[in-house]
Amino acid sequence: MTDRRALEAGSQPPLLYPPYKSTVRRAPAQPLVQVPGRLVDLAAPVYGYLPIGELDNDLTRQHAGEPLGERIIVAGRVLDEDGRPVPHTLVELWQCNAAGRYRHRRDLHSAPIDPNFSGGGRTVTDARGNYRFLTIKPGAYPWSNHDNAWRPAHIHFSLFGHSIATRLVTQMYFPNDPLCEYDPMYQSIADEGARLRLVSRFDLSLTQPDWALGYRFDIVLRGRHSTPFEGRV
Amino acid sequence: MSNPAPAIVASASQTVGPFFHVGPARSDHLGRMAGADTPGEAMRLRVRVLDGDGVPVNDALVEVWQADAAGACPPQPAAGQSPPSFSGFGRLATNDDGWCTFETIRPGAESGAGGVDQAAHFTVCLFMRGLLRHLYTRIYFAGDPALETDPLLGIVPEARRRTLLAHPGADGATWEFTVRLQGDGETAFFDL
Repeated sequence: MTDRRALEAGSQPPLLYPPYKSTVRRAPAQPLVQVPGRLVDLAAPVYGYLPIGELDNDLTRQHAGEPLGERIIVAGRVLDEDGRPVPHTLVELWQCNAAGRYRHRRDLHSAPIDPNFSGGGRTVTDARGNYRFLTIKPGAYPWSNHDNAWRPAHIHFSLFGHSIATRLVTQMYFPNDPLCEYDPMYQSIADEGARLRLVSRFDLSLTQPDWALGYRFDIVLRGRHSTPFEGRV
Repeated sequence: MSNPAPAIVASASQTVGPFFHVGPARSDHLGRMAGADTPGEAMRLRVRVLDGDGVPVNDALVEVWQADAAGACPPQPAAGQSPPSFSGFGRLATNDDGWCTFETIRPGAESGAGGVDQAAHFTVCLFMRGLLRHLYTRIYFAGDPALETDPLLGIVPEARRRTLLAHPGADGATWEFTVRLQGDGETAFFDL
Protein backbone atom coordinates (compact mmCIF):
# COMPACT_ATOMS: atom_id res chain seq x y z
CA MET A 1 0.00 0.00 0.00
CA THR A 2 1.40 3.36 -0.97
CA ASP A 3 1.37 6.38 1.31
CA ARG A 4 -1.24 7.78 -0.95
CA ARG A 5 -3.46 4.79 -0.43
CA ALA A 6 -3.01 5.09 3.32
CA LEU A 7 -3.92 8.73 3.14
CA GLU A 8 -6.98 7.93 1.14
CA ALA A 9 -8.19 5.26 3.53
CA GLY A 10 -11.77 5.99 4.40
CA SER A 11 -12.04 8.85 1.93
CA GLN A 12 -14.04 6.79 -0.56
CA PRO A 13 -17.17 4.83 0.27
CA PRO A 14 -17.07 1.01 0.17
CA LEU A 15 -19.01 -0.80 -2.53
CA LEU A 16 -21.01 -2.80 0.00
CA TYR A 17 -22.61 -0.63 2.66
CA PRO A 18 -25.72 -2.41 4.00
CA PRO A 19 -27.27 0.69 5.63
CA TYR A 20 -27.76 1.82 2.02
CA LYS A 21 -29.95 -1.11 1.03
CA SER A 22 -29.50 -0.98 -2.73
CA THR A 23 -25.82 -1.85 -2.34
CA VAL A 24 -26.68 -5.32 -1.03
CA ARG A 25 -27.69 -6.87 -4.37
CA ARG A 26 -25.67 -4.56 -6.59
CA ALA A 27 -22.19 -4.32 -5.08
CA PRO A 28 -19.82 -6.90 -6.61
CA ALA A 29 -19.06 -9.73 -4.18
CA GLN A 30 -15.75 -10.73 -5.75
CA PRO A 31 -12.63 -8.61 -5.21
CA LEU A 32 -11.83 -6.04 -7.88
CA VAL A 33 -8.96 -6.97 -10.19
CA GLN A 34 -6.05 -4.66 -9.37
CA VAL A 35 -4.50 -3.14 -12.49
CA PRO A 36 -0.71 -2.82 -12.18
CA GLY A 37 1.06 0.31 -13.30
CA ARG A 38 2.76 -1.32 -16.27
CA LEU A 39 -0.66 -1.73 -17.89
CA VAL A 40 -1.55 1.89 -17.39
CA ASP A 41 -2.67 3.68 -20.50
CA LEU A 42 -4.15 7.06 -19.85
CA ALA A 43 -5.10 7.85 -23.42
CA ALA A 44 -8.85 7.70 -23.63
CA PRO A 45 -11.60 9.54 -25.36
CA VAL A 46 -12.85 12.31 -23.10
CA TYR A 47 -16.40 13.44 -23.36
CA GLY A 48 -16.67 17.15 -22.99
CA TYR A 49 -16.18 19.09 -26.18
CA LEU A 50 -19.76 18.93 -27.39
CA PRO A 51 -21.00 22.46 -27.84
CA ILE A 52 -22.39 23.90 -24.64
CA GLY A 53 -25.45 26.14 -24.98
CA GLU A 54 -25.34 29.63 -23.55
CA LEU A 55 -27.98 28.81 -20.94
CA ASP A 56 -26.86 25.29 -20.11
CA ASN A 57 -25.39 26.46 -16.81
CA ASP A 58 -28.52 28.41 -15.84
CA LEU A 59 -31.24 26.09 -14.61
CA THR A 60 -33.55 29.03 -13.89
CA ARG A 61 -33.94 30.00 -17.55
CA GLN A 62 -34.79 26.76 -19.29
CA HIS A 63 -38.54 27.44 -19.49
CA ALA A 64 -40.94 30.28 -20.24
CA GLY A 65 -41.42 31.09 -16.56
CA GLU A 66 -39.17 31.12 -13.53
CA PRO A 67 -38.89 28.11 -11.25
CA LEU A 68 -40.09 28.46 -7.67
CA GLY A 69 -37.54 28.42 -4.89
CA GLU A 70 -34.47 30.15 -3.61
CA ARG A 71 -32.07 31.16 -6.40
CA ILE A 72 -28.52 30.04 -5.70
CA ILE A 73 -25.17 30.32 -7.43
CA VAL A 74 -23.08 27.18 -7.15
CA ALA A 75 -19.48 27.77 -8.15
CA GLY A 76 -16.05 26.44 -7.45
CA ARG A 77 -12.85 25.05 -8.82
CA VAL A 78 -11.99 21.65 -10.19
CA LEU A 79 -8.51 20.57 -9.10
CA ASP A 80 -6.41 17.45 -9.29
CA GLU A 81 -4.76 15.83 -6.30
CA ASP A 82 -1.64 17.90 -6.77
CA GLY A 83 -3.72 21.05 -6.45
CA ARG A 84 -3.50 21.93 -10.12
CA PRO A 85 -6.61 23.31 -11.82
CA VAL A 86 -8.38 21.04 -14.29
CA PRO A 87 -9.25 23.31 -17.23
CA HIS A 88 -11.75 22.73 -20.04
CA THR A 89 -13.47 19.75 -18.52
CA LEU A 90 -17.15 18.99 -18.61
CA VAL A 91 -19.16 19.48 -15.40
CA GLU A 92 -22.73 18.18 -15.39
CA LEU A 93 -25.23 18.50 -12.56
CA TRP A 94 -28.78 17.43 -11.83
CA GLN A 95 -31.17 17.86 -8.95
CA CYS A 96 -34.78 17.88 -7.74
CA ASN A 97 -36.85 21.04 -7.53
CA ALA A 98 -37.38 23.29 -4.51
CA ALA A 99 -40.15 21.04 -3.25
CA GLY A 100 -38.01 17.90 -3.36
CA ARG A 101 -39.38 16.36 -6.56
CA TYR A 102 -37.43 15.22 -9.61
CA ARG A 103 -38.94 15.68 -13.01
CA HIS A 104 -38.77 11.95 -13.55
CA ARG A 105 -41.41 9.33 -14.23
CA ARG A 106 -40.16 7.10 -11.42
CA ASP A 107 -40.15 9.82 -8.75
CA LEU A 108 -43.39 9.13 -6.90
CA HIS A 109 -42.96 11.66 -4.08
CA SER A 110 -46.20 13.63 -3.64
CA ALA A 111 -44.45 17.03 -3.76
CA PRO A 112 -45.42 19.17 -6.76
CA ILE A 113 -43.66 19.19 -10.11
CA ASP A 114 -42.45 22.65 -11.10
CA PRO A 115 -43.29 23.16 -14.79
CA ASN A 116 -40.48 25.69 -15.02
CA PHE A 117 -37.72 23.47 -13.72
CA SER A 118 -36.10 20.50 -15.43
CA GLY A 119 -33.17 20.13 -13.06
CA GLY A 120 -30.27 19.39 -15.41
CA GLY A 121 -27.33 21.60 -16.40
CA ARG A 122 -23.79 21.47 -17.72
CA THR A 123 -20.79 23.66 -18.30
CA VAL A 124 -17.07 23.46 -19.01
CA THR A 125 -14.38 24.70 -16.61
CA ASP A 126 -12.41 27.74 -17.70
CA ALA A 127 -8.63 27.90 -18.10
CA ARG A 128 -8.22 28.07 -14.31
CA GLY A 129 -10.58 25.24 -13.54
CA ASN A 130 -13.51 27.43 -12.47
CA TYR A 131 -17.15 26.57 -13.05
CA ARG A 132 -20.40 28.34 -12.17
CA PHE A 133 -24.09 27.45 -12.20
CA LEU A 134 -27.25 29.36 -11.40
CA THR A 135 -30.03 27.17 -10.06
CA ILE A 136 -32.55 26.95 -7.23
CA LYS A 137 -31.93 25.31 -3.90
CA PRO A 138 -33.16 21.71 -4.03
CA GLY A 139 -35.53 20.41 -1.36
CA ALA A 140 -35.15 17.38 0.88
CA TYR A 141 -37.29 14.38 0.01
CA PRO A 142 -38.31 11.03 1.47
CA TRP A 143 -37.06 7.74 0.05
CA SER A 144 -37.78 4.12 0.79
CA ASN A 145 -34.40 2.98 2.15
CA HIS A 146 -35.62 2.66 5.75
CA ASP A 147 -38.43 3.88 7.97
CA ASN A 148 -38.80 7.66 7.76
CA ALA A 149 -35.76 8.03 5.49
CA TRP A 150 -35.08 11.48 4.01
CA ARG A 151 -32.35 12.55 1.66
CA PRO A 152 -30.64 15.78 2.69
CA ALA A 153 -30.81 18.52 0.06
CA HIS A 154 -28.14 17.71 -2.52
CA ILE A 155 -27.02 18.32 -6.09
CA HIS A 156 -25.54 15.52 -8.19
CA PHE A 157 -22.29 16.26 -10.04
CA SER A 158 -20.60 14.35 -12.86
CA LEU A 159 -17.07 15.15 -14.07
CA PHE A 160 -14.68 13.60 -16.56
CA GLY A 161 -11.27 15.17 -16.08
CA HIS A 162 -8.68 14.22 -18.66
CA SER A 163 -8.44 10.45 -18.42
CA ILE A 164 -10.69 7.55 -17.67
CA ALA A 165 -9.23 7.27 -14.18
CA THR A 166 -10.39 10.76 -13.24
CA ARG A 167 -14.08 10.05 -13.87
CA LEU A 168 -16.14 11.14 -10.86
CA VAL A 169 -19.81 11.17 -9.94
CA THR A 170 -20.58 12.69 -6.56
CA GLN A 171 -23.11 14.75 -4.62
CA MET A 172 -22.87 18.21 -3.11
CA TYR A 173 -24.57 18.88 0.22
CA PHE A 174 -25.49 22.10 2.01
CA PRO A 175 -23.98 23.46 5.24
CA ASN A 176 -25.56 22.53 8.57
CA ASP A 177 -28.15 20.18 7.12
CA PRO A 178 -29.46 18.08 10.03
CA LEU A 179 -30.42 15.28 7.66
CA CYS A 180 -26.80 14.41 6.77
CA GLU A 181 -26.40 12.71 10.14
CA TYR A 182 -29.09 10.19 9.19
CA ASP A 183 -28.24 9.76 5.51
CA PRO A 184 -26.57 6.44 4.64
CA MET A 185 -25.12 7.76 1.39
CA TYR A 186 -23.37 10.61 3.15
CA GLN A 187 -22.42 8.38 6.08
CA SER A 188 -20.99 5.69 3.79
CA ILE A 189 -17.79 7.77 3.69
CA ALA A 190 -15.88 6.74 6.81
CA ASP A 191 -13.54 9.71 7.01
CA GLU A 192 -15.16 12.81 8.49
CA GLY A 193 -12.92 15.18 6.56
CA ALA A 194 -13.86 13.48 3.31
CA ARG A 195 -17.54 13.77 4.19
CA LEU A 196 -17.20 17.46 4.98
CA ARG A 197 -15.49 18.08 1.64
CA LEU A 198 -18.79 17.18 -0.03
CA VAL A 199 -20.53 19.95 1.90
CA SER A 200 -20.61 23.25 0.07
CA ARG A 201 -19.70 26.44 1.88
CA PHE A 202 -21.93 29.51 2.02
CA ASP A 203 -19.91 32.35 0.51
CA LEU A 204 -21.17 35.90 0.84
CA SER A 205 -18.71 37.11 -1.79
CA LEU A 206 -20.28 34.75 -4.28
CA THR A 207 -23.81 36.01 -3.73
CA GLN A 208 -25.39 38.33 -6.23
CA PRO A 209 -27.07 41.14 -4.26
CA ASP A 210 -30.84 41.29 -4.65
CA TRP A 211 -30.71 38.12 -6.74
CA ALA A 212 -29.12 34.90 -5.49
CA LEU A 213 -27.19 33.35 -2.60
CA GLY A 214 -23.78 31.79 -3.26
CA TYR A 215 -22.42 28.38 -2.35
CA ARG A 216 -18.86 27.36 -3.09
CA PHE A 217 -18.04 23.75 -3.91
CA ASP A 218 -14.53 22.74 -4.96
CA ILE A 219 -14.04 19.31 -6.49
CA VAL A 220 -10.83 17.27 -6.53
CA LEU A 221 -10.25 14.69 -9.24
CA ARG A 222 -7.60 12.02 -9.07
CA GLY A 223 -4.17 13.15 -10.26
CA ARG A 224 -2.36 11.90 -13.32
CA HIS A 225 0.57 10.31 -11.57
CA SER A 226 -0.57 9.98 -8.01
CA THR A 227 -1.00 6.23 -7.69
CA PRO A 228 0.62 3.32 -9.44
CA PHE A 229 -2.81 1.88 -10.09
CA GLU A 230 -4.44 4.63 -12.00
CA GLY A 231 -4.90 4.56 -15.70
CA ARG A 232 -7.06 3.13 -18.32
CA VAL A 233 -8.32 -0.43 -18.25
CA MET B 1 -6.19 14.05 9.35
CA SER B 2 -2.95 12.94 10.97
CA ASN B 3 -0.85 12.57 7.82
CA PRO B 4 0.34 16.03 6.71
CA ALA B 5 0.78 15.05 3.07
CA PRO B 6 1.27 18.00 0.72
CA ALA B 7 -1.28 16.79 -1.79
CA ILE B 8 -5.02 16.94 -1.47
CA VAL B 9 -7.28 13.94 -1.56
CA ALA B 10 -9.76 13.27 -4.33
CA SER B 11 -13.41 14.05 -3.61
CA ALA B 12 -15.49 11.11 -2.45
CA SER B 13 -17.66 9.32 -4.96
CA GLN B 14 -21.41 9.10 -4.40
CA THR B 15 -24.06 7.12 -6.21
CA VAL B 16 -25.53 8.43 -9.44
CA GLY B 17 -28.96 7.60 -7.95
CA PRO B 18 -32.08 6.61 -9.87
CA PHE B 19 -32.88 9.99 -11.43
CA PHE B 20 -29.79 10.78 -13.53
CA HIS B 21 -32.01 10.78 -16.62
CA VAL B 22 -32.85 14.44 -15.94
CA GLY B 23 -29.13 15.25 -16.27
CA PRO B 24 -26.39 13.25 -17.97
CA ALA B 25 -28.70 10.86 -19.82
CA ARG B 26 -31.24 13.47 -20.88
CA SER B 27 -30.61 12.64 -24.50
CA ASP B 28 -30.01 9.29 -26.11
CA HIS B 29 -27.87 10.65 -28.94
CA LEU B 30 -24.76 9.27 -27.25
CA GLY B 31 -25.95 5.79 -28.17
CA ARG B 32 -25.10 6.55 -31.80
CA MET B 33 -21.35 6.63 -31.55
CA ALA B 34 -20.52 6.38 -35.24
CA GLY B 35 -22.00 7.90 -38.35
CA ALA B 36 -22.33 6.53 -41.87
CA ASP B 37 -19.05 8.25 -42.76
CA THR B 38 -17.08 6.67 -39.92
CA PRO B 39 -14.43 4.31 -41.28
CA GLY B 40 -14.76 0.77 -40.01
CA GLU B 41 -17.12 -2.14 -39.67
CA ALA B 42 -20.52 -1.06 -38.38
CA MET B 43 -21.71 -2.99 -35.35
CA ARG B 44 -24.26 -2.88 -32.60
CA LEU B 45 -23.21 -3.42 -28.99
CA ARG B 46 -26.05 -4.56 -26.73
CA VAL B 47 -25.34 -4.43 -23.01
CA ARG B 48 -27.59 -5.92 -20.34
CA VAL B 49 -27.17 -5.39 -16.60
CA LEU B 50 -28.39 -7.93 -13.99
CA ASP B 51 -28.30 -7.59 -10.20
CA GLY B 52 -27.40 -10.27 -7.67
CA ASP B 53 -30.83 -11.87 -8.00
CA GLY B 54 -30.58 -11.94 -11.79
CA VAL B 55 -33.12 -9.13 -12.00
CA PRO B 56 -32.59 -6.67 -14.85
CA VAL B 57 -31.27 -3.32 -13.66
CA ASN B 58 -33.50 -0.70 -15.26
CA ASP B 59 -31.66 2.32 -13.89
CA ALA B 60 -28.02 1.83 -14.82
CA LEU B 61 -25.94 4.39 -16.71
CA VAL B 62 -23.54 2.68 -19.07
CA GLU B 63 -20.56 4.52 -20.58
CA VAL B 64 -18.34 2.94 -23.20
CA TRP B 65 -15.00 4.18 -24.52
CA GLN B 66 -13.34 2.68 -27.57
CA ALA B 67 -10.59 3.06 -30.14
CA ASP B 68 -11.32 3.76 -33.77
CA ALA B 69 -11.16 1.08 -36.47
CA ALA B 70 -7.39 1.50 -36.72
CA GLY B 71 -6.94 0.97 -32.99
CA ALA B 72 -6.18 4.61 -32.23
CA CYS B 73 -7.72 6.87 -29.64
CA PRO B 74 -9.85 9.29 -31.68
CA PRO B 75 -8.34 12.77 -31.89
CA GLN B 76 -9.81 15.04 -29.26
CA PRO B 77 -10.62 18.51 -30.62
CA ALA B 78 -9.93 21.59 -28.54
CA ALA B 79 -12.74 23.09 -26.51
CA GLY B 80 -15.13 25.00 -28.72
CA GLN B 81 -14.41 23.02 -31.85
CA SER B 82 -17.07 20.94 -33.50
CA PRO B 83 -17.24 17.33 -32.40
CA PRO B 84 -16.07 14.71 -34.87
CA SER B 85 -18.54 12.19 -36.22
CA PHE B 86 -16.78 9.55 -34.14
CA SER B 87 -15.56 10.44 -30.68
CA GLY B 88 -15.06 6.99 -29.17
CA PHE B 89 -17.43 7.77 -26.31
CA GLY B 90 -20.96 6.51 -25.78
CA ARG B 91 -23.42 6.79 -22.93
CA LEU B 92 -26.87 5.30 -22.41
CA ALA B 93 -29.31 4.47 -19.64
CA THR B 94 -30.59 0.90 -19.51
CA ASN B 95 -34.24 0.41 -20.42
CA ASP B 96 -36.99 -1.29 -18.41
CA ASP B 97 -35.55 -4.69 -19.34
CA GLY B 98 -32.01 -3.78 -18.33
CA TRP B 99 -30.66 -3.38 -21.88
CA CYS B 100 -29.02 -0.57 -23.80
CA THR B 101 -27.79 -0.61 -27.40
CA PHE B 102 -24.90 1.33 -28.91
CA GLU B 103 -24.58 1.83 -32.66
CA THR B 104 -20.89 2.01 -33.41
CA ILE B 105 -18.00 0.52 -35.34
CA ARG B 106 -15.85 -2.40 -34.29
CA PRO B 107 -12.80 -1.05 -32.44
CA GLY B 108 -9.36 -1.93 -33.78
CA ALA B 109 -6.71 -3.55 -31.62
CA GLU B 110 -4.63 -0.97 -29.76
CA SER B 111 -0.99 -0.99 -28.97
CA GLY B 112 -0.85 -0.80 -25.21
CA ALA B 113 1.76 0.38 -22.75
CA GLY B 114 5.20 -0.98 -23.58
CA GLY B 115 4.17 -1.79 -27.14
CA VAL B 116 2.26 -4.91 -26.10
CA ASP B 117 -0.69 -5.43 -28.39
CA GLN B 118 -4.08 -5.52 -26.82
CA ALA B 119 -7.14 -7.34 -28.08
CA ALA B 120 -9.94 -5.17 -29.45
CA HIS B 121 -12.21 -4.05 -26.64
CA PHE B 122 -14.56 -1.53 -25.16
CA THR B 123 -13.83 0.00 -21.78
CA VAL B 124 -16.96 0.31 -19.65
CA CYS B 125 -17.81 2.65 -16.83
CA LEU B 126 -20.93 1.61 -14.95
CA PHE B 127 -23.07 3.73 -12.64
CA MET B 128 -26.33 3.00 -10.86
CA ARG B 129 -28.39 3.39 -7.73
CA GLY B 130 -26.72 1.12 -5.18
CA LEU B 131 -23.21 1.72 -6.50
CA LEU B 132 -21.48 4.22 -4.24
CA ARG B 133 -18.52 4.13 -6.64
CA HIS B 134 -18.65 3.43 -10.33
CA LEU B 135 -17.29 0.17 -11.72
CA TYR B 136 -14.78 -0.31 -14.53
CA THR B 137 -14.81 -3.33 -16.78
CA ARG B 138 -13.93 -4.31 -20.34
CA ILE B 139 -15.82 -5.97 -23.16
CA TYR B 140 -13.85 -8.23 -25.50
CA PHE B 141 -15.01 -10.19 -28.54
CA ALA B 142 -15.49 -13.93 -28.05
CA GLY B 143 -13.37 -15.92 -30.48
CA ASP B 144 -10.80 -13.17 -31.05
CA PRO B 145 -7.38 -14.91 -31.30
CA ALA B 146 -5.75 -11.84 -29.71
CA LEU B 147 -7.47 -12.67 -26.40
CA GLU B 148 -4.70 -15.16 -25.71
CA THR B 149 -2.09 -12.44 -25.37
CA ASP B 150 -4.08 -9.46 -24.13
CA PRO B 151 -2.10 -8.14 -21.16
CA LEU B 152 -5.05 -6.91 -19.13
CA LEU B 153 -7.11 -10.03 -19.66
CA GLY B 154 -4.00 -11.91 -18.57
CA ILE B 155 -4.20 -10.52 -15.04
CA VAL B 156 -7.86 -11.55 -14.64
CA PRO B 157 -8.19 -14.91 -12.87
CA GLU B 158 -8.62 -17.44 -15.65
CA ALA B 159 -12.02 -18.68 -14.53
CA ARG B 160 -13.39 -15.14 -14.70
CA ARG B 161 -12.08 -14.15 -18.14
CA ARG B 162 -15.19 -15.43 -19.89
CA THR B 163 -17.23 -12.84 -17.98
CA LEU B 164 -15.60 -10.17 -20.15
CA LEU B 165 -16.67 -11.62 -23.49
CA ALA B 166 -19.40 -10.33 -25.77
CA HIS B 167 -21.07 -12.93 -27.95
CA PRO B 168 -22.33 -12.49 -31.50
CA GLY B 169 -26.02 -12.29 -32.25
CA ALA B 170 -27.74 -13.95 -35.20
CA ASP B 171 -27.17 -11.09 -37.64
CA GLY B 172 -23.39 -11.12 -37.28
CA ALA B 173 -23.31 -7.35 -36.69
CA THR B 174 -24.69 -7.40 -33.15
CA TRP B 175 -22.65 -8.35 -30.09
CA GLU B 176 -24.28 -8.95 -26.72
CA PHE B 177 -22.67 -8.52 -23.33
CA THR B 178 -24.19 -9.22 -19.93
CA VAL B 179 -22.99 -7.52 -16.77
CA ARG B 180 -23.66 -9.71 -13.72
CA LEU B 181 -23.12 -7.70 -10.58
CA GLN B 182 -23.02 -10.71 -8.25
CA GLY B 183 -23.30 -14.48 -8.13
CA ASP B 184 -22.62 -17.12 -10.79
CA GLY B 185 -20.58 -15.61 -13.58
CA GLU B 186 -20.08 -12.34 -11.71
CA THR B 187 -18.40 -9.92 -14.10
CA ALA B 188 -14.78 -9.11 -13.35
CA PHE B 189 -14.39 -5.43 -12.44
CA PHE B 190 -11.14 -3.50 -12.27
CA ASP B 191 -9.62 -1.24 -9.67
CA LEU B 192 -7.58 1.48 -11.34
